[in-house]
Amino acid sequence: MRYLPHTSEDITSMLEEVGVDGLDGLFSTIPEDCRHRDDLNLPEPLTEWELNDRMGALSDSMAVSPEYKMFIGAGSYQHYIPASVSSLLGRSEFVTSYTPYQPEISQGTLQAIYEYQTLTTRLLGMEVANASIYDGASALAEALLMALRITKKRKVAISSLIHPLYRRVVQTYCEPSGYEIAELPYLDDGRTDLSKLAGMNDLGAVAVQSPNFFGCIENLKEISEMVHEKSALLVASFTEPLAYGLFKNPGSQGADIACGEGQSLGIPQSFGGPVLGMFASKMKYVRSMPGRLVGKTTDMDGKRGFVLTLSTREQHIRREKATSNICTNNSLCALAAAMYMASMGGTGMRELAMLNYDKSEYLKSELKKAGFKINFESPTFNEFVVEFPAGFKNTYERLLEKKIVAGLPLAPYYPELSSHYLLCVTETRTRQDIDALVREVKS
Amino acid sequence: MKEISQLNLPDDVRYAEEHEWARPEGEKVRVGIDDYAQDQLGDIVFVELPQVGDTFEKDEEFGTVESVKAVSELYMPIGGEILAVNTALEEFPELLNSDPYDDGWMIDVIPNNPDDWDALMTKDAYIEALKGGK
Repeated sequence: MRYLPHTSEDITSMLEEVGVDGLDGLFSTIPEDCRHRDDLNLPEPLTEWELNDRMGALSDSMAVSPEYKMFIGAGSYQHYIPASVSSLLGRSEFVTSYTPYQPEISQGTLQAIYEYQTLTTRLLGMEVANASIYDGASALAEALLMALRITKKRKVAISSLIHPLYRRVVQTYCEPSGYEIAELPYLDDGRTDLSKLAGMNDLGAVAVQSPNFFGCIENLKEISEMVHEKSALLVASFTEPLAYGLFKNPGSQGADIACGEGQSLGIPQSFGGPVLGMFASKMKYVRSMPGRLVGKTTDMDGKRGFVLTLSTREQHIRREKATSNICTNNSLCALAAAMYMASMGGTGMRELAMLNYDKSEYLKSELKKAGFKINFESPTFNEFVVEFPAGFKNTYERLLEKKIVAGLPLAPYYPELSSHYLLCVTETRTRQDIDALVREVKS
Repeated sequence: MKEISQLNLPDDVRYAEEHEWARPEGEKVRVGIDDYAQDQLGDIVFVELPQVGDTFEKDEEFGTVESVKAVSELYMPIGGEILAVNTALEEFPELLNSDPYDDGWMIDVIPNNPDDWDALMTKDAYIEALKGGK
């Protein structure tokens, strides 16, 4: 589809057709005092090459990869995107297609979503996945609402080691609905403290993230047993799904709902979006799941076909009974994730996960050798917390000048961790990058 | 779809406008959806029923039934307390298609208002209502 601006002749003939004098005539129903009369306060137009220069200058003013060496993850990860993904995703039949409302004519789009769902369930070890939603944070909030619908309870417990911004989104979703949110503190080993659970009643769901915000792997199996004893559901959240290439996935550990951010799977960071909300659950809860699903079926002639399934849970069909106010999915991002997972294959995911783990363990051990403290001793994947000496802020600034971003300061999110930084190493960091970082923080 | 003359409409139940049936069984009243409703819905794939002990007024929604085509709300033909639900429908929702008046029953209700029963339609009145384009 091409988008061409109308010529003034086009506009005149259209206005004539509807019988008004000029553009003002079209807007006559809008009250005068609601209309903006002056010119818009915008700079003069630029030529394309001037505009390119301007955008270039803007992007140069920011510390971004690949120019800067990033040791920061915290929910958005720099991973290498295979050329196959970028190339296939740019095909016009994918880029221009919106999620279908006349689904049967969009067999290709539906099949692509179906493949995404299949690969997602395999990665997460779950029985059914939806066609995706906005992002990891809204996926978590939707998962908690879903658990409350299923259990008919009014309270959720959420680990303080879930991404801080995700917890804010959960509050936004749950509080106006009158649901109660209890926060679970964390232990000295960097894992969630579950002791408060024992005294809690009327609990519909417990949410934990693994790897959690400190990068530590939670003991999901043990947690799921405790949660199920309380007749609540375990919602397993994640920001780094690549970890499941190496660590046991939520489904195999007893999670009822697994949800999180899929940006790691072939989606560029691009200042926080668009990203991908992955959402999967046990089959028995599928009717309470938000969003849409694509199913496979056969037509009257026995030919394979793909269809939107359980659309009656969506608000464009049945508004007041919808399982969510989200009535779309992130189809193109889901497609990127499907292409990424298919390109990597099971073996590739495992090798890449191993590479992330090894490189991050290397940085961890080098920092330990250099005398820095790693307080949370639980196993990690590609992120971990390090305590730097007081006054490290100056070193951090100095490193920024050298185009190294030495992790995320945790103080704004966890005030008690004033000199702690969350460091991340993915496959995109070389040994030279890591050695340079260690050398610089030591000096 | 069946013609009205083809519908199985027993004499021992009464009918509600929303196509539920009700049959007195001693103290309680058994409730389900009638042959017309199951025929209109087509293959039924899921039934959501209330919990024992819940109380509803007449015409209040007590559950949903989902076919491959649509989801429909279920409305109480008579008000009262839920005494029992047919849990077999959780696993075998197709019983609603094959046997709507017996194996496909939905709930048993202890009625709380005798007037509710009197407001329900007899078979003949229901057939008239269906002919009227309901």
